[in-house]
Amino acid sequence: MSMEAEHTTPDQARDMGLSADEFDRICTRLGRIPNLTELGIFSAMWSEHCSYKSSRRWLKTLPTTGDQVIHGPGENAGVVDIGDGMAAVFKIESHNHPSFIEPYQGAATGVGGILRDVFTMGARPVALLNALRFGEADHPLTRHLVSGVVSGVGGYGNCIGIPTIGGETHFDASYNQNILVNAMAVGLARADRIFLSAASGLGNPVIYIGAKTGRDGIHGATMASAEFSEEDMSKRPTVQVGDPLAGKLLMEASLELMASDSVVSIQDMGAAGLTSSSVEMSSKGGMGMEIDLDQVPIREKGMTPYEIMLSESQERMLVVLKPDATERAQAIFDKWDLDFAVIGRVTDTGHLVLTSRDAVVADLPLDPLVNDAPEYDRPYDPPSTPQPADHTTLVQEMALSTALKQMMGSHFLASRRWVYEQYDQHVMADTVIESGGDAALVRVHGTNRGLAVTTDCTQRYVLADPYQGAMQAVAEAYRNITATGAKPLATTNNLNFGNPEKPAIMGQIVGAVKGMGAACSALDVPVVSGNVSLYNETDGNAISPAPVIGMIGVIDDIADAVGIAITDTGLSVYIIGQTAAANDGWLSNSVYAHVIVDHDHPDAPPPVDLALEAKHGDLIRHLTKQHLVAAVHDISDGGALVALAEMVMAGQTGADITLSPDQLTHGWAFGEDQGRYLVATSDPTALEAAAAQYGVEIQKIAVTNDRQELKLGDSDIISSTELRGVFEHWLPALMESKPR
Amino acid sequence: MTNVAVISFPGSNCDRDIITAVNHITGTQPTQYWHKETSMEKHDLVILPGGFSFGDYLRCGAIAARSPIMDEVMEHVWRGGFVLGICNGFQILTEAGILPGTLMRNKQLQFVCRDVTLSLHHTQSNAILGQCDDNRQLVIPVAHNEGNYFADPDTLKKITDKEQIALTYTNTGAANYNPNGAINDIAGVTSDNGRVLGMMPHPERKAEAIHGGLDGHYLLTSIIEAAS
Repeated sequence: MSMEAEHTTPDQARDMGLSADEFDRICTRLGRIPNLTELGIFSAMWSEHCSYKSSRRWLKTLPTTGDQVIHGPGENAGVVDIGDGMAAVFKIESHNHPSFIEPYQGAATGVGGILRDVFTMGARPVALLNALRFGEADHPLTRHLVSGVVSGVGGYGNCIGIPTIGGETHFDASYNQNILVNAMAVGLARADRIFLSAASGLGNPVIYIGAKTGRDGIHGATMASAEFSEEDMSKRPTVQVGDPLAGKLLMEASLELMASDSVVSIQDMGAAGLTSSSVEMSSKGGMGMEIDLDQVPIREKGMTPYEIMLSESQERMLVVLKPDATERAQAIFDKWDLDFAVIGRVTDTGHLVLTSRDAVVADLPLDPLVNDAPEYDRPYDPPSTPQPADHTTLVQEMALSTALKQMMGSHFLASRRWVYEQYDQHVMADTVIESGGDAALVRVHGTNRGLAVTTDCTQRYVLADPYQGAMQAVAEAYRNITATGAKPLATTNNLNFGNPEKPAIMGQIVGAVKGMGAACSALDVPVVSGNVSLYNETDGNAISPAPVIGMIGVIDDIADAVGIAITDTGLSVYIIGQTAAANDGWLSNSVYAHVIVDHDHPDAPPPVDLALEAKHGDLIRHLTKQHLVAAVHDISDGGALVALAEMVMAGQTGADITLSPDQLTHGWAFGEDQGRYLVATSDPTALEAAAAQYGVEIQKIAVTNDRQELKLGDSDIISSTELRGVFEHWLPALMESKPR
Repeated sequence: MTNVAVISFPGSNCDRDIITAVNHITGTQPTQYWHKETSMEKHDLVILPGGFSFGDYLRCGAIAARSPIMDEVMEHVWRGGFVLGICNGFQILTEAGILPGTLMRNKQLQFVCRDVTLSLHHTQSNAILGQCDDNRQLVIPVAHNEGNYFADPDTLKKITDKEQIALTYTNTGAANYNPNGAINDIAGVTSDNGRVLGMMPHPERKAEAIHGGLDGHYLLTSIIEAAS
């Protein structure tokens, strides 16, 4: 067999997203000029998406270990011990650019891809979450994108039958031309039955399972690693097409295969498809691999080796089988009517060798592909520390109820019901707490244990102060998990930023990673998986940075879990944690500042005190475990009064504020000071004793009533029904409005 | 003891949930059949679960209705056996011609997942409802894209006259009490022998305390008892 003798050029390399220096580096490592297929493989493996070349230096600083960690970053997903011999397997991943070009398919395949990352490890997915960012409400593309993305997220998750139970949706002008679609999946497996990707066993068969390979998504990983321009709207062919039925069948067949003692290692073909799966599996095992491309099931005739290797067709997996398992595996895939083909074997050459029509079409040493990708220490401008806005100029003269209504009806706080009612939240019949509260909670099937899950990021804080903003994202996720009664266990992150070659953007990345690392260390929620999405810029305009945090926690008995809804009257409502000095809260960069004052400025966000977060979290878990509280809600966007309103609206009750008028300032009501919760209790004495025992400041602020109203003062009363009307109106009204 | 069977099609995704719920009620595991199977033992109650059989890329339930196992289900129906079709199972039963009418795309053209309030109509014509109270209200969630029940005027008159409309969405005063635009607020219908029930809401999702309600448990228990 002889090697094809076509030579590539630096221009071709540039078209694939590789710099001239990187092309030189490849030629030096190979000792020759790569052919087109080889260059394509290098460009995918050395893309930011696969190699983390701009971010790796900083990602290495994140805490990734702990007693609870079974597998940290580096596998398809992170694996965490949740007790009783069970493990949670989870990861978040972005599908930003494809979703902007083709919102339904982009979002749907984002969900499909993250599900494969989880079931590849032998885990049955049990929960889906997302983090979505769209442009301004009145931007001409926003409604089209919201509609397509939401139906795509639902379209895949609903069909495959995994509940979508958590997420967040935000609107901001910086996403007008570059939306964010991050999807997270959580699965469950036996801790001693986790499947990894490292190939082993000289001569073991390499099999291809799932859907056929087509020309969709070629070079998607490279697209995900470049800036965007208006012309890119014509890149529709690089968006993959999802088939959730195929995904469902592949999931069931793969789990059945993994239960049949046939599999040595397994990896899904996600970004960079057959390239990344074959390269990563063989290099992780210190082996090599030979693949006969003529055996790959293809959807279209005449596909070149380059196209087959770079296709990102969905619902495919690569598996190394035990030597005697081929027949057993074939029978499983026949049952599920899925393609199954032996396409190669494991070698010990340290090379990936591809053949087609009896000719070698690529022969690449694995080491440089995986280990010699450049690692850049990109120059960065440390972000300046912003000052808080002048508190006195922020506070407005208006009734609290008027301000509350405006805020609850704003894009920051309005109900996302229009979104989450398009997601099946109940399939699998283990949902304990669904969307609309803090974290969601699913039962570990067949046990009393529960898994709490959330995604969080307040990007306006991160834009102002990446370090504090990223800490806040971790702290808020920690509080959301805690508010259900669960103990936070571990984190996955999705770093959405602009072009890292710009020092200001690199500064955001460095600041955010440092803040995230500090918070994850202090709160003992190590980062076990994650994804980096850089170059989120269109025509040179970067997005507001969004280091999205996905977090999971565990509760030993779901009977101890609580939600946000206050359903009983006569309960005392307490605030856990003190509002800033002199009872006048942190309004700088708050929803109040943006909505009521229209002060749209990246002022300093509220500082995070990690020791206090941990202490308050411990108290909340004590209160829930002792059944001393009937409802818990963390205080975040909008402040304490918004949190109270959400609790009584959810439970169809009301509350009388018991603070004196001079205590009840706008700063107190709407300040966004961190580390705080509201709790409702029928046993104030026991609650106060517990708080004293934990050394936590608490204050009684209200008593609940059955009048369906919030009484803020003698003459300041608002009905829950009116408030709910405002809260529920905004998003449906936006989606039903006529195009401009 | 009611002997229950659950049929799985490629894309069924509520089969495990209904099996769990039935097991919870009866203490025994239902027999599960794969769509390719060509024989079925005798069962008191056959359940077609929810999901997206064959991806629902054609009309929902259309391909599943022509699966090998459906010949067996049809025989069970002819013998006067009890059948419950939930969501996609209801769609399959209408596609197979076992139940009247059809299920169209939701009026709002969106998937809908939330609790709805239902009214039970238990008459002599629907034996499958067993000991259920007539006019009882139930809160049970729906989750579907195509739940907009439709029947032509003649069929509608016939099923109304014969009291085959077993479940309706209750007008609670909320603007969207009917989640999908179904004609006459129909949420579930029975066959003319009253032994086959198709319904869009998911009773298996209100079958345990953790689900926040037990109305589904009530309905399933009555159906299982009726079939014994």
